[in-house]
Amino acid sequence: MNSFHGQTLSWKLRDGVIELALHREPCNEIGSLTIEELERFVAALEGLTHEAHAVVIHSMLKSGFSAGADLRELYQQVEHRERSEVAREVRHYLERIHHIMNFIDASPLTTIAAVHGVTFGGGFELALTCDLIIADKTARFCFPELRLGLIPGFGGIPRLKRDLGNAVVRDLLLTGRSFNTTKAQQIGLVSQVVTEGEALRVARATAAQIGKFDRCAATAAKRFIKPIPCEELRREIDIFCELFTHPAVEEGLRKFVESKDAQPYLP
Amino acid sequence: MPSTHQTLDEILTLAAAHFKVPREKLSPDDDFFKTLGINSLQTLDLLTKLELHFHVELPDYELQGVSDFRTLAERIQARL
Repeated sequence: MNSFHGQTLSWKLRDGVIELALHREPCNEIGSLTIEELERFVAALEGLTHEAHAVVIHSMLKSGFSAGADLRELYQQVEHRERSEVAREVRHYLERIHHIMNFIDASPLTTIAAVHGVTFGGGFELALTCDLIIADKTARFCFPELRLGLIPGFGGIPRLKRDLGNAVVRDLLLTGRSFNTTKAQQIGLVSQVVTEGEALRVARATAAQIGKFDRCAATAAKRFIKPIPCEELRREIDIFCELFTHPAVEEGLRKFVESKDAQPYLP
Repeated sequence: MPSTHQTLDEILTLAAAHFKVPREKLSPDDDFFKTLGINSLQTLDLLTKLELHFHVELPDYELQGVSDFRTLAERIQARL
């Protein structure tokens, strides 16, 4: 399938570049429908690999790239339920997400995240699956999960550690603070910083440049320098599931859901 | 290094321009959530603008409990 228009995302193949556009209001929260549509995307990606050289992931919403997991939906699944039952469902949910993230991470195509605004939690983790992150100046990156009594669960810690090292992970994870693009570029998280609204254009230009290279060599180079941290990813699921049974999580989710702020993103 | 007064003035000018509020309607002790009518998402946007303008890092937790422009200016001044 060369194109798809779903309720939370769309994609199209154009000039050898697959563009995945996120468009679920208010800020591309990743819930069950997004996961279903991402699963369709990775299934299609497999078939499009021979027709494309790059993937660009971006958001069509002004608010940002993605605020991460849909915490309201997650709370509904947890509220007043048996913890063992919830734990089983959460593990299944994480395994589906990890399949998607690992597939994008290991894609033979060169992948680019064009980000702006809120790039938090699971949204940040989606960007981290990409080979390059191009950000406009409004972008902010954050792992706010600890305030919910959790760790990031979409593979972000192992990927960030692989790409930038343990100290950066500790800073983001243990303080819950967010980084702007200046900081993100200083530490090597972001490859290019552009003015507001320009990230997608620059990502397309970068994708066009990538198209000039021999695909076989580019794929070999990527496989050589970007191993999938499988063991740590599995461990992450275990830790997340263990933490998820703690009462602090339900309480943290409840506070978030009951917040009067429509978008309570400030860590 | 600019004085706290100068920093405060720059914050007020920047906030007024960014959120399209007349500068004269903003004063140092205003609650900026109320005066600017902003939510936490827009607060992050303001934080980004301030960090880039003053070339400082301002961790989000430094803003917890801060709701007036004067205290915000003091937090930024401490990092200039």
